[in-house]
Amino acid sequence: MSHQKSFQYADLLSVLERVVDIMSAPDQYSYPSVFIYGHRATGKSHVVLSIMKDLELPHASVDCVECVSSGLLFHQVLSAFFGPDAAALLPRCPSLSDFVRLYKQMSSNSPATQTRYIILDRAERMRDMDFSLLPALLRLQELVNDNVTVILLSEIVWEKFRPNTGCFEPLLFHFPDYSKGKSLVQILSWDHHPSYTPELYASYINILLGVFFSVCRDLRELRHLAVLNFSKFCEPLEKGEAKESDIHKLWKNIEPHLQRAMQTVYLREVSSVQWEQQQMDEKEATTLRVLSAHAHIELPYYSKFLLIAAYLASFNPARTDRRFFLKSHGKIRKTNFLKKHEKTSNHLLGPKPFPLDRLMAIFYSVVDSRVAPTASIFSQISSLVTLQLLSQVGHDDQLDSPKYKCSVSLDFILAISRCVCVCVRLLDLLALSLVIQSQVVRQERSLFTAVSNLHLL
Amino acid sequence: MNTEVIQDQLNKKVLDSLAEFIKKPGLACSSDVWRQRGSEIPTAALMLGVNVPDHAMTFRSLCNLLQDSVTPFVVSVHAKECAAVKLLIQKVLEQLMGRGVSVDEEQEDDTALLQKTQCTISALCQWYKTVTKERRRQENKCTQVSPKRKENLAKNDLPVVVIFKDFEAFNSQVLQDFILICSRYTQELPFVFIFGIATSPSAIQHRLPHSVSSLLCIEVFHSLSCTQHLASVFDKLILNSQFPFKLSSRVIQVLVGIFLYHDFSVQNFVKGLQFSMLEHFNSQPLSVLCCQKHEALLSAKILSKQNVERIRHLPSFMRYVETQEPQEQVRLLTNDEHVKEVCQKLLKNLHTYHKNYYPILQCLHSLTSSLPKFPLGKHIRELHVSCIEKNLWETEEYDSALQLLRILAKDELVAALRSCAEILKSANTKRMQNVLQQLEDFLGRLEALQGVSSEDSSGNGVVSAKMEYQRTDLFQLQKTLLEKESRRTKRMNPFEVLRSQVIDFIDSLVREYLTPAEFQPLNEVCYYSSSGVLRQRLNVTPRTSIQAALTHPFYYLKNESLKTNTGTISSAAPDLCIVYKLHLECGRLINLYDWLEAYVTVMSAAEDQDTNSEECGKFDSLKHARFIQAVSEMEFLGFVKSTKQKTDHVARLTWGGC
Repeated sequence: MSHQKSFQYADLLSVLERVVDIMSAPDQYSYPSVFIYGHRATGKSHVVLSIMKDLELPHASVDCVECVSSGLLFHQVLSAFFGPDAAALLPRCPSLSDFVRLYKQMSSNSPATQTRYIILDRAERMRDMDFSLLPALLRLQELVNDNVTVILLSEIVWEKFRPNTGCFEPLLFHFPDYSKGKSLVQILSWDHHPSYTPELYASYINILLGVFFSVCRDLRELRHLAVLNFSKFCEPLEKGEAKESDIHKLWKNIEPHLQRAMQTVYLREVSSVQWEQQQMDEKEATTLRVLSAHAHIELPYYSKFLLIAAYLASFNPARTDRRFFLKSHGKIRKTNFLKKHEKTSNHLLGPKPFPLDRLMAIFYSVVDSRVAPTASIFSQISSLVTLQLLSQVGHDDQLDSPKYKCSVSLDFILAISRCVCVCVRLLDLLALSLVIQSQVVRQERSLFTAVSNLHLL
Repeated sequence: MNTEVIQDQLNKKVLDSLAEFIKKPGLACSSDVWRQRGSEIPTAALMLGVNVPDHAMTFRSLCNLLQDSVTPFVVSVHAKECAAVKLLIQKVLEQLMGRGVSVDEEQEDDTALLQKTQCTISALCQWYKTVTKERRRQENKCTQVSPKRKENLAKNDLPVVVIFKDFEAFNSQVLQDFILICSRYTQELPFVFIFGIATSPSAIQHRLPHSVSSLLCIEVFHSLSCTQHLASVFDKLILNSQFPFKLSSRVIQVLVGIFLYHDFSVQNFVKGLQFSMLEHFNSQPLSVLCCQKHEALLSAKILSKQNVERIRHLPSFMRYVETQEPQEQVRLLTNDEHVKEVCQKLLKNLHTYHKNYYPILQCLHSLTSSLPKFPLGKHIRELHVSCIEKNLWETEEYDSALQLLRILAKDELVAALRSCAEILKSANTKRMQNVLQQLEDFLGRLEALQGVSSEDSSGNGVVSAKMEYQRTDLFQLQKTLLEKESRRTKRMNPFEVLRSQVIDFIDSLVREYLTPAEFQPLNEVCYYSSSGVLRQRLNVTPRTSIQAALTHPFYYLKNESLKTNTGTISSAAPDLCIVYKLHLECGRLINLYDWLEAYVTVMSAAEDQDTNSEECGKFDSLKHARFIQAVSEMEFLGFVKSTKQKTDHVARLTWGGC
């Protein structure tokens, strides 16, 4: 691990030089605030924290996700600098001025001999907190009159932080992404297996990156994948089927596994333990029991119809309802049946909200038998909402006319309607709405035959 | 009487399936594989199906099981209580630390220190450390453990289990934050999550982004599907001669219909069952006889005069009387004591009918359930319904099933008969033992046939081998095939003879034992049959009943003056009813003034018919006020609402008339 650290330092040399430069004179006042940004797993917090540890600087490290209120943040900072007793002095719901007052009081008792650092990880969460908190922390040094520096770590650029009232500009540092050739291979190669040569591991990492680099540059994820698949990679070596130099043979062996891993492990569809077990009994060619394989949901009979009706209501324009669901819908005007803007695929536009009345009307016309409007039908709608298959839009008019959206995909609906109905009519309807949605409207003749088929049924 | 049994059985089923689930995560997190994986939190995704009402019980038993066997630190959270991360953490802390204190009374002071500001996972960490230290010390004190075991204890930290009861309903932001926070502490606090998921595992991917879900180590567990669950409940409660209370075919259809069409909830099904039982004992006075056999016989002896009269009026008893000799008929209609005796005899018959009915039903099901296209239904409940509804052997489905049975291959037939024999072994009546013996006799004969049939088949093989050498000519082939066909019809081999005997035997069994329950005298004692009431109570239609109340106030108020013909509006009805009926005649928008005038006309028409028309249109403030109150009541009931489209108008919210 220590090797890895030193390597990362080297990679980020230019940035680091400047960072360390700031921290090099601990007895002098430092720059009040520093903002460090870079993508996930580029080593921001790791670098900062290990500098703190190695140079033994006084620091308070706070993860902003944890701070559901600013009070918690103050509490953690104070207890890190002055011990838990000081933190206990904070009032119940501390304000910023309470914090500043207490900090001043404490620092006058024990003035800073060297710069104190407050490290705020995931600083983007600060934007959701009190609007005055961020500007105040940026110039905390002035406020408390103490040698303190605030370091903000974030994945987002500074421009997204700047409050519109303006504030003190912190020093900006950017941690660049790792490049494929140089750094990633070398970093990943550091945790090589003790019983194999580093060269072998490095070539393994090269193969791994060849497969995964196009979809994933996250160091953590890549390390996870590397550890998981290494045993499989070494299998031919252990069996004696290949030597370490037969890279091509090893590649042939591991490549399909990596492809499969990309489908499942990367998405975390199987846990790493399950994956290992699968690798164990690979020979029987077990079918992968992945999460997405169980996408099918068992629903009560009427719930299925309600969902279908909701889908139809969500993706068909309301003015076509008369044509689709009424037996006698008057004359069909051939021209201008659909307005121009309706000709773009509704699937591209996403589901549209519809009122409850329309849902029920479509539901009654879709279900074959007569259904009494019982309480359980309506409660099924709300249970569909809690299952997040439907979603409720607009919360103002709950009693009179609640509006819903259908939030399931076409495939899901098709699967449901296939298992629900032998009734061709419904499938026809679905197909029809598809025809309209997929811009084949120009072939109006086929559409009309479909409509007339519908009538025959 | 049998509700507790039901609950027990339901619980047992759930517990059995869950015991496996829990052991797995419990074991996994104690092994040190997890420690290596850094911040991955072991997570069980528990697929429960959409029958949400049943989940509560599952979780309750899961909690108990975990607390008894794995760890005392179990928290279950509900989405409703956790609208924000703060609340969620607070909930977890409350449940955990509160529980720890109740175990150890010395530490009560600690909770007093717990302030709201300290409501963080790090506080929980501190608490967990002290508690585990305490535990270890106590364990060391209590038992002089060997050093080896001590090591084990140190390694196996008790996991902290957090159960998310309804994963879908959680705010995804809250969940993400909570998981991020927890993953920071996994080194100190061994968390295990359990997600209760109603839809499908992909819900996890929909809720959580990759950066969060990569912190979890998810394994999927499936609980028993609700239809299987229903089948087992059905088996144990309805297809069982133990319980004297029975349901008629219509009632079963209503209950199963509600299950399949509406909610998939086994618990609601059981509640429906309980309700129908209550209804039965409440509405049928003769249900005193609906109990175990000896109790029923005892109470039959001491039937009151009124009840004897009731028995005479039972349709099934009347049918029974008609089949008797004229002399016997007279005695049955006049002599109470005789009725009581006959009643005892009939009750005995009814009990033996049940005892024989269920084994034979199961046999028939096991025979027919493997047939293609399931002519008699996939589930035994369908078969049961058709059996108690009508004479099964008169239906087309039964004929086709028998026909399919007649062409069953030998090994299939033997296997099916074996399973029948298994079923019959558990039945302990004399007749069933008889049947079993006959069945085993058949089986023996089939076995004995083994040698003969194998010879036969070898003979066939020779024939076919010969045919191969001939030149293939279509005409020839057809001819030989026809020939073979006719030969087969002419002469059946011994197996075929035996097979048709077996099938005839089964047919006779069905005709003897699977007679519909309605034809049994005194079946009304045990069978609850008013499906209409059940449907009205369980599958309520609030809107229809409101409309019924408004259009026919007599239905609920039972006031003679409210009886009206349909179509007319009586002024004696409550204001609300009048206003409702008037509004039915309007379109989507209703002019308030017109409505008021119509209302006043109806009211004044009743007061005195002979006042002249000038006064008719006028109205006093009392009527005005009553009208306004009625309209606001309509608004409250959701029939109209105020609209901004037109002044002095209200919008109708319902379509059509009643």
